Amino acid sequence: MDSTSSEPRTPLASTAAEGLKIVIVGGFGVGKTTMVRAVSEIRPLSTEETMTQAGVGVDDPSAVDGKTTTTVAFDFGRISLNEQMVLYLFGAPGQERFWFLWDRLFSGTLGAVVLVDTRRLADSWYAIDRLEHHRTPFIVARNNFPDASHSIDSVREALSLPADVPLIDCDARDRTSVKQVLITLVDHLYALSTAREAVSS
Amino acid sequence: MIRRELDNEEPDRLYTVTRGRSLADEPDLDLVTLVVAAAEPAPGMQSEHARILRVCRTPVALVELSADLGMPVGVVKILLSDLLRANKITARHPSSSTRARTQLPDAATLKKVLVGLHKL
Repeated sequence: MDSTSSEPRTPLASTAAEGLKIVIVGGFGVGKTTMVRAVSEIRPLSTEETMTQAGVGVDDPSAVDGKTTTTVAFDFGRISLNEQMVLYLFGAPGQERFWFLWDRLFSGTLGAVVLVDTRRLADSWYAIDRLEHHRTPFIVARNNFPDASHSIDSVREALSLPADVPLIDCDARDRTSVKQVLITLVDHLYALSTAREAVSS
Repeated sequence: MIRRELDNEEPDRLYTVTRGRSLADEPDLDLVTLVVAAAEPAPGMQSEHARILRVCRTPVALVELSADLGMPVGVVKILLSDLLRANKITARHPSSSTRARTQLPDAATLKKVLVGLHKL
């Protein structure tokens, strides 16, 4: 059999029926894939999507027909939550030039984790801005590199993060820590969801 | 981890695979749509279609197929659309596809997600 996959991996349960998404956003090298690997039941996989966008305001000499095609690579892993539900974790590039990817590729996501490195906080501004714009619920997790010297409060201030957005420390290499990050996000979503259901009922 | 160099993929091959059809978004197919084969690969079938049917004997998410086949998500969507139209596969769509984009998932779903995460 022709195969480019390198090893067999655990198949999903035959009863698996509901795919869910959580997106981990962050700048280059902040530890997105490390975070996925820490909790994924499969070794993280990588694939890509080709996106075409109208070339409005795009300064690209190759855009001869007024459109540019961009290839975006991303990593992902998965967690089988129960017999039916499978949670996919996507490591998404947070850079500005991928703004048009947000809407399409990761639509329907439960929520997002913005993974930040205190040495490069500015890398996260754009991602946070896009998430707020799209009204995608998110939390911020500081990947606590050994030399992190800023207090968590100063990080909140530097990111102009509203008080109701959870901000926590984590170690992206550590399974228990990453599990706690995901639980914090879903707790946050749960609180938002029950609050809205209370208002609408 | 090992990264396959998709960038080195010959565009001609992907063009052939989709018979030149464009990468138009297939709105019904999400990255996490789960695909299950409903037929065995048959002789004469396009090799990519046959391969998908072999991989999908148990449910497989579209995005995993994309990684397995070493093809962009958009190309895999086109291949899966072919198989869906021919009733060779069934698709289990995420319930998020019927949700408005600013609408949160319901509390009952989130509760199940939390239970699953706590078990990790």
